Amino acid sequence: MTGLVSVRDLRVSFRLGKRRIVEAVRGVSFDVPENATVALVGESGSGKSVSAMSIVRLLPDNAIVDAASRIDFGGANLLTAPIETLRRIRGKDITVVFQEPMSSLNPVFTVGYQIGEVLRLHLNLSPRQAADRVVELLTEVGIPEPKARVDAYPHELSGGQQQRVMIAMAIACEPKLLIADEPTTALDVTVQRQILELVARLQDRHRMSVLFISHDLGVVGEIADHVVVMREGVVREQGPVDRIFAAPQDTYTRALLACRPRLDAKPKRLPVIDDFMAGGGQPIVVSENRAPRPQEAKPLIEAKGLSKIYRLKTGLFQRKSIAAVKEASFALWRGRTLGVVGESGSGKTTIGMLLMRLVEATSGEVRYDGADLLKLTEAQMMAYRRRIQIIFQNPYASLNPRFTVGQILTEPMKIHRIGASDDDRFERAVALARRVGLPADCIHKYPHEFSGGQRQRIAIARCLSMQPEVLICDESVSALDVSVQATVLNLLLDLQDEFGMSYLFISHDLAVVKYMADDMLVMHEGEIVERGPAEAIYEAPQHEYTRKLLQAIPTGYRPGRR
Amino acid sequence: MAAIAEPVLPDEAPRSQGVWGAAWTRLKADRVGMVSLAVVAAFLVLILLSALGVVAGSWQLERGVPYAPPSFLGSRENVEAQAIDLAGPMGPPVDISDIDPLAPKYEEWQRRAREIQVTSPPRAETLPFGADRWGRDVLAKAVKGAQMSIFVGVFAAVVATFIGTLLGAIGGYVGGRVGDFFEWLYNVFTSVPDILLIFAFAAVFGRGISTVVLILGLVGWTGMYRQVRAEYIKHASREYVRAAQAIGASHLSRMFVHILPNISHVVLVRMSLLVVGFIKAEVILSFLGLGVPIELVSWGTMLAEAQTELVIGKWWQLAAATLFMAVFLTAFSMLTDALRDALDPKLR
Repeated sequence: MTGLVSVRDLRVSFRLGKRRIVEAVRGVSFDVPENATVALVGESGSGKSVSAMSIVRLLPDNAIVDAASRIDFGGANLLTAPIETLRRIRGKDITVVFQEPMSSLNPVFTVGYQIGEVLRLHLNLSPRQAADRVVELLTEVGIPEPKARVDAYPHELSGGQQQRVMIAMAIACEPKLLIADEPTTALDVTVQRQILELVARLQDRHRMSVLFISHDLGVVGEIADHVVVMREGVVREQGPVDRIFAAPQDTYTRALLACRPRLDAKPKRLPVIDDFMAGGGQPIVVSENRAPRPQEAKPLIEAKGLSKIYRLKTGLFQRKSIAAVKEASFALWRGRTLGVVGESGSGKTTIGMLLMRLVEATSGEVRYDGADLLKLTEAQMMAYRRRIQIIFQNPYASLNPRFTVGQILTEPMKIHRIGASDDDRFERAVALARRVGLPADCIHKYPHEFSGGQRQRIAIARCLSMQPEVLICDESVSALDVSVQATVLNLLLDLQDEFGMSYLFISHDLAVVKYMADDMLVMHEGEIVERGPAEAIYEAPQHEYTRKLLQAIPTGYRPGRR
Repeated sequence: MAAIAEPVLPDEAPRSQGVWGAAWTRLKADRVGMVSLAVVAAFLVLILLSALGVVAGSWQLERGVPYAPPSFLGSRENVEAQAIDLAGPMGPPVDISDIDPLAPKYEEWQRRAREIQVTSPPRAETLPFGADRWGRDVLAKAVKGAQMSIFVGVFAAVVATFIGTLLGAIGGYVGGRVGDFFEWLYNVFTSVPDILLIFAFAAVFGRGISTVVLILGLVGWTGMYRQVRAEYIKHASREYVRAAQAIGASHLSRMFVHILPNISHVVLVRMSLLVVGFIKAEVILSFLGLGVPIELVSWGTMLAEAQTELVIGKWWQLAAATLFMAVFLTAFSMLTDALRDALDPKLR
């Protein structure tokens, strides 16, 4: 096994402002052998993308690469090679597939033109030869009707197809190395499965190497031969995939493997990274499985025939209706968690919005304490607003950047006249911040001073300030790193026990929903295709779509894979 | 909620740097921004002093000879001044006393006129930045003109910002028919050429400084409206606004407590651009005779006078007005640019 690319003692720092310099990568070394898949795994800020992009020198202008660093490829140091050499290598010998296919394709050119451009630039093919080759490539990456799709614009393709086009572009010149930077993170789980299979197949057929960057150990375990685990700009551990997964040496690797919810176990609490780091690398013994919570006689919220239909103007007199949610009926019990899973566009988020009346339903009813929520006036709704609260997906977007944490937490109390005075409310806010595990000095700080996990805690505290009965978690942990995800999930479970809240837990992540939910809905194209106790659905899925969904979950490393 | 009732105050919670504080820190690090801030501040001090009458209070005094050149050019032959001094009849006197019925009285009038002592102070041959046609100090005029022009520019920008922000906020946030109505209003205003609108308003309101401010404000709000409206449309669907709706915040609170601070940097930057634009507009208005009244001075009236002077080679009034305007507007624009960088949370 000879090395194709060897990265030696890579150090990259970023200049922020006049004097601040932040070290992103601190002495990273790894090799990419020929005809093999190497995975760079780590959480956000671990330096995995920066390390990979250094290979093709696609770094922002404020990056400073240490002079002693070396990246050898084909006998040259890529870090010092002249830019012309690098331009010849980029797109031909080393190609890159990015995370967001929607923003990496140029919307004003057809996909055929964009793939053809690579061929014309690097292989000097004539337009006719290039056109033939484009059709071949589209066929190879599995685009249906490739001849017709050549003239399609990116927006006419689905997300998965766009990523296939990106891959077609990347393999157009038969590269020696394909760098895939989180290529499936923005995609649905069933599409992710297809893309992973495609990459594996292409790697095999073209005998190229793949440098696969991911935060998802499940994906990595499936696809990689060699794994490099990174944290805070340092390589924590690297080795063959079977050794990393079967016998991880580093505490951080072990923690990372343990804190992801698993489909086959439901412990009372998820282990978190701190447990491992504090416990000297000894995993805390995982307690016995958590039993489903008791069910009351009557549901707290009962929705019947809930529909939301969007009407789009397609012509002067033509209207097209699109049903986001079709005739959804479900019940939410006090103190229990109802999980909602589905892929993008399945209508799962709309269900949450309809319950909160952030989106007005087209038809149906929602019974809550005898009242139909959908028929209440804005003023009558105020009392219920307090009792149903929502935690959004993106903690970076859901907090007003111009409010301090204190203002964020006291505002709902002011609106709903909770607390006797401003001082009383402030004290409550401080106590809430402490309860959700925020540092004591947070109250006068602004959201941008916190990490993603801490921001989600602020959002949780804001909901708690109104003492709600129902909490809608709309992809609330999807944007967080695996280790942070575990701590937030643990917090949500603790709070549920403490305050007896009901959760409507919406997520595309089946493992997380499996871990959190007592009951579950599976949604597909606006319809609820399967419902029932979570355990039962995972053990014996009835509907075909549920089965497809479950099969698509990355299985992680299985011994004897190859 | 027993756990929450427990009143624990954090010991020594350090107050964090607010958004504006952070912006100030970033602005301080910007050398160009700080220099332009100093220039703008100097101008503001200057117009404050001029408004209090400390400097340039006597700009109307005719202190120099007509068209006195700037001191740095030295005293050179001032043909025009001599021409104005010798404004009496030229050529050989013609005796017309036999047909002039007033002829007998001339002698007496001249005698009486000599009795009145006219003390005209000695006129300077040169002035620091020269003199205008009547011998008024150009430097004092430029300072006084700065006061007028900047006053008009700033206040008109405030008026336009207020109108534009209010309409933009309502139009963008409420949308629907209300939004359509404002769009229609916007279209009407932008479809009429600005200069025509200005004439129309000027005809209705008459002349005066407050009229100029009002006219510019009423004509110039459209750009601000458009941008604020776009920002509101964008922000109204943001998650933090939805979160505010979820906790039950009212429409007014969402519009002005939640969204407005988040777009304040757009408003501020746009407003400073308006100041620059309105100062130039005032110049044009005054040039056309629709601007500040004749007994006052602004950079615009100076430029209007300079037009005729330039033909006979007296360039200093033009130079003074242009220099003042260019320095102030450049500094102000660069300050605006620095402000934009300092205030935009995305550039962090």
